Amino acid sequence: MSQLKNFTKGFIKENPVFVLLLGMCPTLGVTTSALNGLGMGLATAFVLMGSNTVVSAVKNFIPDKVRIPSFIVIIASFVTIVELVMQAYLPGLYEQLGLFIPLIVVNCIVLGRAEAFASKNSVGASLVDGLGMGLGFAFALTLLGGVRELLGSGALFNFKFIEGDAMLVFVLAPGAFIALGYLIAIINRINKKNA
Amino acid sequence: MEYAIIIIAAIFVNNVVLAQFLGICPFIGVSGKISTSIGMGGAVLFVMTLATVVTWLAQHYILVPLGITFLQTITFILVIAALVQMVEIMLKKLSPSLYGALGVFLPLITTNCAVLGVAILTIQKDFNLMEGVVFAMSTAIGFTLAMVIFAGIREHLDNMEVPKGMRGVPIALVTAGILALAFMGFTGLV
Repeated sequence: MSQLKNFTKGFIKENPVFVLLLGMCPTLGVTTSALNGLGMGLATAFVLMGSNTVVSAVKNFIPDKVRIPSFIVIIASFVTIVELVMQAYLPGLYEQLGLFIPLIVVNCIVLGRAEAFASKNSVGASLVDGLGMGLGFAFALTLLGGVRELLGSGALFNFKFIEGDAMLVFVLAPGAFIALGYLIAIINRINKKNA
Repeated sequence: MEYAIIIIAAIFVNNVVLAQFLGICPFIGVSGKISTSIGMGGAVLFVMTLATVVTWLAQHYILVPLGITFLQTITFILVIAALVQMVEIMLKKLSPSLYGALGVFLPLITTNCAVLGVAILTIQKDFNLMEGVVFAMSTAIGFTLAMVIFAGIREHLDNMEVPKGMRGVPIALVTAGILALAFMGFTGLV
């Protein structure tokens, strides 16, 4: 597989959210606006890139039996870095995302890529895979956040173009489930056509 | 009275799955049948309560006195992972029948974000140990309730004519959305 293909597979074909259905909790929880989705997506992308690189670099030193706990410690370290950096420089976004920042640790995508890809491939390929998958995740979250913000408050990236309230339900909890359901159906349709 | 508020808030108003979006993976993944949802709910109840007690103790007797609360995330996830392993080994030895019922669900729980989420929330909300236990148990009951209702709906959904593109996860998500809409009726109760 070429590096370019390795990088782009995360966007549509193997998109972690729409196709692999991993990391649903943050996907639904933080996407009340496009900006929140983008912030969460980029935070996860950073963790994914870092953990993929380190896991792939140390894979030969870790005994097979304790590999999952070791991966979790590596991931948790990167999550702590993100947490502290966001708290210091982006307190507003940190407040908005709240609980979901520490919960990146248990995001199935991160551990999933460490186990399925980084523990078997070279450092370079793992870095590219982490970047691609992470940006694919960010893309999915921004898309869902954009749709919800557009329908729910008539705005996009905080730029409002409808006066007053829109369909408020899309910003609330039920709208998250419904919007994601329809988005997955649409992506399924696109992938089927291309296959 | 305070406990009653915590219980009602955790089960209905801030339902862990439908309002807080924690534990979505098992909610979508294991909710095909009512019987498996009850098994998963039981396992979560067990682990969540234990994990909250252990992480609470770790926070107040280790992390805070030593001034290393920034290690909270790492500590909690390791404690939970170790705890799940230990529970599995002990259950296998002490109660094979309970192990038979919950065993398959236990490994899945380590990556259930609801467990870590509740442990962190307990600290954030500044609960004491007893309140934390009540909070964890009611959250788990809320999780089980949502899963059992959802499984009941999905069992019926299997016999329906669903449009091709919507089959599987999309229709499950839309169903969950309508269920969340119903639970929104509890808003403002407490």
